[in-house]
Amino acid sequence: MSTNNSSYWRENLRLIFKCLIVWFVVSFGCGLLFVEELNTIRLGGYKLGFWFAQQGSIYVFVALVFYYSHAMNKLDAKYGVEESEE
Amino acid sequence: MDLKTLTYIAVFSSFGLYFAIAWWARASSTSEFYAAGGHVGPVANGMAIGADWMSAASFISMAGLISFLGYGGSVFLMGWTGGYVLLAMLLAPYLRKHGKFTVPEFIGDRYYSKAARIVAVACLIIASLTYIIGQMKGVGVAFSRFLEVDYGLGLGIGMGVVWVYAVMGGMKGITYTQIAQYCVLIFAYTVPAVFISLHLTGNPIPQLGLGSTMADGSGVYLLDKLDLVVTDLGFKEYTTAKLGNGINMFAYTLSLMIGTAGLPHVIMRFFTVPSVKAARASAGYALVFIALLYTVAPAVGAMARMNLMNTIEPSPGQNLVYDERPQWFKDWEKTGLLEFEDKNGDGKIQYTADAETNEMIKVDRDIMVLANPAIANLPNWVIALVAAGGLAAALSTAAGLLLAISSSISHDLMKGILTPNISEKNELLSSRIVMTLAILVSGYLGLNPPGFAAGTVALAFGLAASSIFPALMMGIFSKKISGHAAVAGMCSGIGVTMLYVFQHKGIMFIPGTAFLGDMEANWFFGISPNAFGVVGAIVNFTVAFIVSKITGPAPKEIQQLVENFRIPSGAGAAHHH
Repeated sequence: MSTNNSSYWRENLRLIFKCLIVWFVVSFGCGLLFVEELNTIRLGGYKLGFWFAQQGSIYVFVALVFYYSHAMNKLDAKYGVEESEE
Repeated sequence: MDLKTLTYIAVFSSFGLYFAIAWWARASSTSEFYAAGGHVGPVANGMAIGADWMSAASFISMAGLISFLGYGGSVFLMGWTGGYVLLAMLLAPYLRKHGKFTVPEFIGDRYYSKAARIVAVACLIIASLTYIIGQMKGVGVAFSRFLEVDYGLGLGIGMGVVWVYAVMGGMKGITYTQIAQYCVLIFAYTVPAVFISLHLTGNPIPQLGLGSTMADGSGVYLLDKLDLVVTDLGFKEYTTAKLGNGINMFAYTLSLMIGTAGLPHVIMRFFTVPSVKAARASAGYALVFIALLYTVAPAVGAMARMNLMNTIEPSPGQNLVYDERPQWFKDWEKTGLLEFEDKNGDGKIQYTADAETNEMIKVDRDIMVLANPAIANLPNWVIALVAAGGLAAALSTAAGLLLAISSSISHDLMKGILTPNISEKNELLSSRIVMTLAILVSGYLGLNPPGFAAGTVALAFGLAASSIFPALMMGIFSKKISGHAAVAGMCSGIGVTMLYVFQHKGIMFIPGTAFLGDMEANWFFGISPNAFGVVGAIVNFTVAFIVSKITGPAPKEIQQLVENFRIPSGAGAAHHH
């Protein structure tokens, strides 16, 4: 693998790792592991832990996928590996 | 107009729409049949993925499950959406870059092994067929309840409809019908939810209504009231009730996530987009369209529970008199999904958590979404819409699964292995024949569900999680994992998972409780088989790693192949090499 491509791949892996940390924290962290602690806080009629489990985690997932897609497009351009337009 | 006429109009006009689209989008090449020619834009593909993914189980069963599980139902919400994050980052862009038609084809190329490809085909067929039985049953039930035709006849009509547009249009026809079906199903799902939210809380947005105060002027939050109502009757508190223990919920959520990312009929949809960039974006759009339903579902669940409780006990101590029960109650009693027994002989309905005094001896979870509009006294056209939406959800998923099956048989087994010299025209013909056969088999299985029908979802997700997901992920993120390692990993992953699921087959299969691949029966015994996919996946990873260490790394040209699909440049549309 050329140095260019391998540093592209390393940056991609770092980005994936960061995104997966967020993915884990909002769902498994806030929604399951620390749900009781968060439930002492209220968000309107929602207990916060319950909200993360049934609403919040899903919103964050959507944002994460778009963020990743956006960041990768920039990364593609930075390393000059974008697809050629057909 | 009466309900039945309205329902006929809603259902048959939606069918007419699907046929018209299928005629317009006929497939003329294998590329169109398997991958819609690779011309589907990311938003359209996202919508099609939404319909493909959201099955009768999402549409009908999920809110009902949440309704009775409360907080415990969160595993489905997080599990079935979180998988798309994995799909978008770990699989979809690279599979699209590789540019083939099917998941087994990718596995066969990456692991330079026909054996790996055949194992993948086997996993795919078992996972897809088990999944499809639930869809066929959903179609049969929706017909028999709403159009009052025989279950078998309803199933037959459903099979006929899928046959016409799936066989004629292949992936191209399916994609465009799925877009229409997504619109039908999301409209049918949200309209009643908006009405009910408005009625209960005064807020038309269900996601906000669920966190609002009751509209009765009491100033009490809906969820607090619901907690109070259910705990008074001895049920677990709605917002904190766990599903088994914490470990089970964790494993369950993770299994559903990796299972979702490994389901071939969903992955296949990423072969239809024109570029790697579009594959990443369409995962995002798919999740938006899925989230629209998945964030409404908890509101539907909680509000349906509230309405049910209010109907049976309008004010504390004032229970509903059985003879004055509403029409929907009588309708569902006829189906056997709702049963009442006057244990204390007072002619009133008591609904409690105590089996001794509880008189609602059966409240099937699946009726909650279907009965919800009637329970909330919504107009008939809304109920008719729900019937059309449920059918759209079931048909769109069935079509996607059928395509996954037929392409893996005609493209992977026949073209790839048995008869490599088959012409494109004959391959197209054979995939249509295979699809017809698959419809007949799944229809037969829907009519005579095999013993494992109740565990179908466990099996499909377990297989995808323990075999396909790890094989794909290792193939992309490790250059060195060898073909032998992948085959050994997949076989041991499936082996462990199937063993565990089948071990519970006798226990889990309770005749009559299974409707749309019901999952409740699994939860009574230790770790649920549904939560076991993640264990199978760990076994798969471990075995593959060890075998790869022993047998040595993959050859240089395969390492080159991996390097090539890791970068986007140089991708073309899905095609033959």
